[in-house]
Amino acid sequence: MARVAALVSMALATALTAAIARAEGTTVYQEDKKFSEPEVTIKAGQSVVFANKDPFTHNVYSKTPGMSFDLRTQKSGESSEVKFDHAGESEVQCAIHPQMKMKIKVTD
Amino acid sequence: MQAPKWFSVLLAAAVVPSIAYGAETLSLERMKALYQRPKSIPFPADNPFSAEKAALGEMLFFDPRLSGANYISCASCHNPALSWGDGLPRGIGHGMTVLGRRTPTVLNAAWADLLMWDGRMPNLEAQALGPMSAPVEMNQELAKLPAKLSAIAGYRERFAAVFPYEEITVANAAKAIATYERTVVSGTAPFDRWIAGDEKAISESAKRGFVVFNTKGNCQACHSGWNFTDNSFRDIGLPDADIGRGKILDLPSMQHAFKTPTLRDVERRAPYMHDGSVPTLMAVVEHYDHGFVQRPSLSEEVKSLHLTAEEKTDLADFMMTLTGENPPVHVPVLFAGPQTAQR
Repeated sequence: MARVAALVSMALATALTAAIARAEGTTVYQEDKKFSEPEVTIKAGQSVVFANKDPFTHNVYSKTPGMSFDLRTQKSGESSEVKFDHAGESEVQCAIHPQMKMKIKVTD
Repeated sequence: MQAPKWFSVLLAAAVVPSIAYGAETLSLERMKALYQRPKSIPFPADNPFSAEKAALGEMLFFDPRLSGANYISCASCHNPALSWGDGLPRGIGHGMTVLGRRTPTVLNAAWADLLMWDGRMPNLEAQALGPMSAPVEMNQELAKLPAKLSAIAGYRERFAAVFPYEEITVANAAKAIATYERTVVSGTAPFDRWIAGDEKAISESAKRGFVVFNTKGNCQACHSGWNFTDNSFRDIGLPDADIGRGKILDLPSMQHAFKTPTLRDVERRAPYMHDGSVPTLMAVVEHYDHGFVQRPSLSEEVKSLHLTAEEKTDLADFMMTLTGENPPVHVPVLFAGPQTAQR
């Protein structure tokens, strides 16, 4: 049974890696209930991919005026892309785990 | 032929206790390592600990003169004899008003991020003032609190010692209460002794329950770490109309979401859940097994578990090993002074 569990874990890990590798732009991971980066800087028109490497769900969102978004419930292994069209600073948080916070700085 | 009991225990120890954690598989020993007690209490840099401040906070916590009608203290609802709660389905406030939610425990609040069932208070300092000033709770007009406390000689002296060169302020009263509350920590439990290596500290049923908790039960997805909470907010499918965190954070996933409470000393805090609607630990297990309502905001972590009767009993037995050996709580003799009725 332990071997089966290990194989399933490896398969999940591979699928997750593949899903993340397909995504374009800067990637921020959610792992151990933390964001992999406290802050990222991108240019207007670029995207950030949020990839959930935890074995449970997250809900990444921002309520920053003009830069708000809600990725809704993100299951383990899922990733979502957010495009930022305008310069500014977006405060990003996980609704489920409010201690998870980061910033997206968007420059012209 | 029925397998001897020692065989099933061996089986549980050798095969079941591994859990997929991301890409990693955790052994029983790795699982146990996630539950080590912390070595110290965290205090914020802008309100550091001092014994004098904690003692002042203790006095304020137990003093009913912090309420508008002078008969409700913080301890009236957060009663140390009842695991820092009140043992009621819903709190009772000023004028015997029945409140909307169950009184949360103060236990281990030093490790909490956001306070209240809906997380509307950012820290313990702010939280202390919320119920104090709420008309349905302690009903104390905060603007009048400094004068009320200043009329009591003991407080004048104690505040001056803790906060020199400052008048008595609401903010400093809150800092003192928060400091005292951070010292309220659950005592060492049989579970902790088992984690430390004493195999006889808990029953075989409880050991199996720990494995169910971390695997099939998926309890650790929210009730993780030594304090058995990750301070998260989720809809666990209780069939009441209260939208909880949804009022504070208007997102679909936050509708009916409430803060994950600690499970330390949980045996002492029935009835359970934010609305006090679940009477026993076994009823809690039944809720998570199949008793929740389906709706769009229901947490992905809440799924039918199909636990066996033995697994349910094991889970309840495990949770009862979290009951700590708490020393008697010191209740201060309050400063003499006017029982002023001004609000």
